[in-house]
Amino acid sequence: MAFLELEGVAKQFGAQTVVDDFSLAVGKGEFISFLGPSGCGKTTTLQMIAGFLDPTRGAIRLEDKDLTAIHPAKRGLGIVFQSYALFPHMTAAENVAFGLEMRNVSRADRAERVRAALAMVGLAGYEDRHPRRMSGGQQQRVALARALVIKPSVLLLDEPLSNLDAKLREEMQIELRQIQRTIGTTTILVTHDQNEAMSLSDRIVVMSQGKIEQIGTPQETYEKPASAFVSQFLGKTNDFAGAIDRTATPALLVVGSWSAPAPAGLSGPVTVSIRPERIGFGDAGLGAKIVTRIFQGNHWLFQCDSECGPAIVIRQNDGQPQPTEGEAVRLTWRPEDMSVRARTVA
Amino acid sequence: MSAAAEERNARAPWALTAPALMLFVGVLLIPLAMTVMLSFHDWGQYKGIEPVFILKNWKEIATDPYYAEMFWRTFRIAILTTLLTALLGAPEAYILNRMSGRWKSFFLLVILGPLLISVVARTLGWALLFGGNNGLVNKLLMSAGVIRFPIPFMFTETGMVVALAHVMMPFMVLSVWAALQRLDPQIENAAMSLGAGPITIIRRIIMPQIMPGVLSGAIIVFSLSASAFATPAIIGGRRLKVAATLAYDEFLNTLNWPLGAAVATLLLVALVLIVVGSNALIERRYAEVFR
Repeated sequence: MAFLELEGVAKQFGAQTVVDDFSLAVGKGEFISFLGPSGCGKTTTLQMIAGFLDPTRGAIRLEDKDLTAIHPAKRGLGIVFQSYALFPHMTAAENVAFGLEMRNVSRADRAERVRAALAMVGLAGYEDRHPRRMSGGQQQRVALARALVIKPSVLLLDEPLSNLDAKLREEMQIELRQIQRTIGTTTILVTHDQNEAMSLSDRIVVMSQGKIEQIGTPQETYEKPASAFVSQFLGKTNDFAGAIDRTATPALLVVGSWSAPAPAGLSGPVTVSIRPERIGFGDAGLGAKIVTRIFQGNHWLFQCDSECGPAIVIRQNDGQPQPTEGEAVRLTWRPEDMSVRARTVA
Repeated sequence: MSAAAEERNARAPWALTAPALMLFVGVLLIPLAMTVMLSFHDWGQYKGIEPVFILKNWKEIATDPYYAEMFWRTFRIAILTTLLTALLGAPEAYILNRMSGRWKSFFLLVILGPLLISVVARTLGWALLFGGNNGLVNKLLMSAGVIRFPIPFMFTETGMVVALAHVMMPFMVLSVWAALQRLDPQIENAAMSLGAGPITIIRRIIMPQIMPGVLSGAIIVFSLSASAFATPAIIGGRRLKVAATLAYDEFLNTLNWPLGAAVATLLLVALVLIVVGSNALIERRYAEVFR
């Protein structure tokens, strides 16, 4: 049974539909990411779950109870805001204690739980600091402790790491994942960072223009993107124009000078997507010329000019000699590494 | 860098600020110093001003209860005006801040608009509404039988406080408004998600954060009200004098410039002490919110 359920949720501001027909079932303890570019409706969806916005249509249920009928102050959800929204006039401990105070937790109990929550996020000893005297990362931890101390049924994270620098963000990702695993709180993360979504979540909801593009595990969404948008948004990808020739026997999928037995179903013009790390250099295949070669430590990045337009190739730095700039190469890949979609010819 | 160039660089800031500095010294510091000097001069009905150094004027102010009453009234009116503007202005700014785009700019204009009109015109407006038997509101209420005698407004301290509060309101609203702008837009949602109701949010989250704005607005309103001239002159007239109108009368009616200078100097010194003192207190108390 789904723990948190969204069914056909939609939000309109005037004539503009910001979220449309959003349906999702979240299991207890699951870590879900809403991933998409800015303006795709992910934050709006989160705000509807939090109760700061009312859905225009659809139902949101938590443990089979209608969540939209409950006032946001009574929903008992923990929220970490992008700006953290800490109370600047209160110390870290007072910030964390606020939610407990609102729940009339006794003073002694409160002190104990605040201390434990701050220790959990690695801020033991910072109780009496004011937020403005703390670094961004520390403020983020206070915000997390404040959201978790009330033992929320669902933890909502609204781009919580976007204000941190790259190194700190990576540390916080690992820590966030560990904390979530330990306490097992059902968590929804809103982010525009595909790496963050992939490294943290059990499942990713990829959104674009208010609609769900794909729901799946990080691996599924990366390797079997359901749409051109998903394959473009999650990591780098090569899209080649190809065609399926049903007149040949057996039927052939042809991309430039590369060809393979055609998959069942499709025919005519198609788009073929292959991840750059799945392309190799071979003796036969798509003709290309290396335009630039960039060394990136553990791998090489090649930008090529192929028969089917620009292509990028990533090769592991495994000590083998690599083609140089200006060299003519043949690009080849295994048929199972590509995804093929019908292409409408303009 | 050579020593000469370094010296030139050190002089540059002084050279650049010199015109403004000269203006400041010329039109503020020198007249101010002259006023202070004047307060120690002697004056007689027939001999006029005598440039000697005596404490006569200061002794008179210190001993005659007339002046104590005058200063006490000045500060009482200023304090009441400040309280009234804070009580009305802070909620006004909060409501304004919550309005949506178009209404917000419209009502901001409504609040700031009066600043474009002369204080004299605004105060005379109150006189037209409440001035004795002929005041519009008084006339209406009396003809409707609600009251039998006109509401006393002119020449009363209440009238002065109400009219001053009206004049000073924009300063309080703007000051609180500025504090509200610094609030995290999600802060109320954050408090709500933790289980706080609307009253708790205002009392525990919003109020402490806009308090510095209320207090700095209070300092502006207090010092402007205590030194206000036009409104007390029109509403209070000769019957209900405050420090500013008293100094004015000494200068221009009695022609006792030295005594007027002493009153003006005392008002200035008292205000500077109050403003600097309370400012220091506020900054210490709200150090965390100001950072």
